[in-house]
Amino acid sequence: MAYQIIWFILWGVLWAVYFMLDGFDLGVGTLMNFVGKTDGEKRQIINTIGPVWDGNEVWLITAGGATFAAFPTTYAYMFSFLYSALLIILFSLIFRGVAFEFRGKVDNPNWKKFWDISIFFGSAVPALLFGVAFGNIFKGLNIDSQGYHGNLLSLLNPYSLLTGLLFVSLFIVHGALYLSLKTDKDVKERAANFAKKAFYLLLIVAVLFLIFTPFSTKLFDNFIKFKPLFLLIFALVASLLLIQFFLIKKREGMAFIFSSLTIILTVFTGIAGLYPNLIPSSVDPDYSLTIFNSSSSEYTLKIMAIVALIFVPIVIAYQIWVYRVLKGKVTEEEVVNDVHSY
Amino acid sequence: MDIVSLSRLQFALTSMFHFIFVPLTLGLSILVAIFETAYAVKGEDRYLRMTKFWGKLFLINFALGVVTGITMEFQFGMNWAEYSKYVGDIFGAPLAIEATVAFFLESTFIGLWIFTWKKVSKKLHALFIWFVALGTNLSALWILLANAWMQKPVGYILKNGRAEMVDFKALVFNPYGWLKFLHTNSSGWVIASFFVMGISAYHIMKKSELEFFKTSFKFAAIFGLISSIFVVVIGDSNGREVAKYQPTKFAAMESIWETQKGAPFDLIKIPSANEEKNSVEAIKIPKMVSILATHDPNAEVKGLKDFPKEDRPPVLPTFISFRLMVGLGFLFILQSIIAVYLVFKNKLDNNNLFLRIMLYSIPLPYIAAQLGWIVAEVGRQPWIVYGLMRTKDAVSKSVSTEQVFISLILFTLLYGLLGIVDIYLLYKFGKEGPLPEISKAQ
Repeated sequence: MAYQIIWFILWGVLWAVYFMLDGFDLGVGTLMNFVGKTDGEKRQIINTIGPVWDGNEVWLITAGGATFAAFPTTYAYMFSFLYSALLIILFSLIFRGVAFEFRGKVDNPNWKKFWDISIFFGSAVPALLFGVAFGNIFKGLNIDSQGYHGNLLSLLNPYSLLTGLLFVSLFIVHGALYLSLKTDKDVKERAANFAKKAFYLLLIVAVLFLIFTPFSTKLFDNFIKFKPLFLLIFALVASLLLIQFFLIKKREGMAFIFSSLTIILTVFTGIAGLYPNLIPSSVDPDYSLTIFNSSSSEYTLKIMAIVALIFVPIVIAYQIWVYRVLKGKVTEEEVVNDVHSY
Repeated sequence: MDIVSLSRLQFALTSMFHFIFVPLTLGLSILVAIFETAYAVKGEDRYLRMTKFWGKLFLINFALGVVTGITMEFQFGMNWAEYSKYVGDIFGAPLAIEATVAFFLESTFIGLWIFTWKKVSKKLHALFIWFVALGTNLSALWILLANAWMQKPVGYILKNGRAEMVDFKALVFNPYGWLKFLHTNSSGWVIASFFVMGISAYHIMKKSELEFFKTSFKFAAIFGLISSIFVVVIGDSNGREVAKYQPTKFAAMESIWETQKGAPFDLIKIPSANEEKNSVEAIKIPKMVSILATHDPNAEVKGLKDFPKEDRPPVLPTFISFRLMVGLGFLFILQSIIAVYLVFKNKLDNNNLFLRIMLYSIPLPYIAAQLGWIVAEVGRQPWIVYGLMRTKDAVSKSVSTEQVFISLILFTLLYGLLGIVDIYLLYKFGKEGPLPEISKAQ
């Protein structure tokens, strides 16, 4: 198999793992102010993701770094074409990251309120804009022989906004499930109820997304060419419905497993549809950036594949170990009485 | 201003701001790890309190280092797309490795360290902070190997209209990169030592928590002495690499216009770039620049006039930054020697003058580190990759001047705000001192 294809799959895996992991802490950040009523509850909520958000976000850095190393031309164009959108994502993530650290450091209601709002926007905006970015990639960008033509407003087209909404609702459900697993009492109740209600939003958006995708994108061309790929979509739909099935049965753990799977399958449906493109041109396929015309040399791809195959499993192993060490619920009493918590 | 200047200004702003937080964490992670190890081994309460107090200040900086670091990775593609496209085949690799090998390690274990005080054994908990220290220091290695490649490109060929990697080992074992790594990291250790000594000095003067802060000061003084000597020794080797591979940068650092053998060092020198000479040269040390460049007193040192004007870096900022950095480097050794001497003679408490000097010296190693980066990056101009690609050819073509102008303003405002909050919090917690008998408070 060509190294480009190995790296394309790895690229998909990195984004999928990133969205699965950061997905729940972006979701938790988005709904913190709605599920947490008191300061103690809000702190409880922040502390469920406190130990892991940073490690989760490194998957984004790795996905970005891998794009740079394996497909430098795509990296260069993707990041410069989406300049303004990425800038907003960056600022949001910066505000969010420091908000976790700063919020509890000063005992003043206005101070806390400011960082609460930062956590909301810092979580919801990246979720939306990552969806918008991928929606535009699915659709294809306006690239011709002169380069890219577009701006922030042209990126905010209906289909991409729908993709953005899909990401937001997916992460909210995913985050609410995580929260219901990691908390107790009222917060747990509220989070589970939130997930149940948000699921219907997710369902509507997902159906709309599947309906509009064949009209707005060429993603399904590959599926029609290679029919077994449709299994991916069946699995995706089944996984999506199983979230609510287990939620109604009050088995949040299983529901969370299926929300994770839903995210992974969503990314892979997109990736399978894109192949061999990384950024399709909406003008003429000749201007599309593919895994073959934008990749690094075979030597670099080979070296980096070796590095990835050694270190990514090690990272996964110790991150799983960390989640096991941290297993158990985060309670309000514990958080309030611990001087080290956020 | 044109898009090249704006993009450069934005990169300078964001990287220099990022490098306010990172170097402290390079050293403070090690010091906190040492404190916690002392606690794990001896079980004394004061070491636990030291771990927690300095750990809190460490965490505030760590958070800012992390979030401003994301900007750094994104910017190569956002603002320097032509550069990324041209060198990505070789430059992207260390960045990806940095994330995989180092960032995961530090960010995963920092979360674990904050939240498992009561969940795991003392020794295992101390091991977590050592992993953080390792990850933090290793992350500097990969980004500096990448930067070293921009200074001294190795292991590549020009093919398919770009630089392609042909020798990964050459990239990883680039001596320029390893010297840069040791020099940069030890400068971070000096920053952390002076940070701990400075805050401790404040409390010793106030006679608050004397035992606590004298112990902290002692550890930091020893660490500071070792690091400040190390940083200068490595800096000397680093300088020889520069002289060998980046003659224009070396000439600008020393402001040497005419090529000469046995070049002297002028203690006082004022460059006049327009006239291509120095308007003042005084107090000569014979052959010293040749010695610095090659360790051979009679070696030839190339002058700036030997190079076409369009290949020369801005002389004045490179020269002044280098002079100041070196001067500060020697000052740090001197201060550290005095600090260690006073600690071991047990004369620290009543030497208010020295304590005050140490308090106000906290910013100095930060300044030295920033000056070092000015030397490295301004001195490399007009090249983005020395001898291979010019900075003006590296900017993104699809990004407009207005976009960069707006983003530069936004970065300035956002980072300004974060800087103020950071200083406020460090001041607040630094002044407040450690929590009383923390083991009972839990």
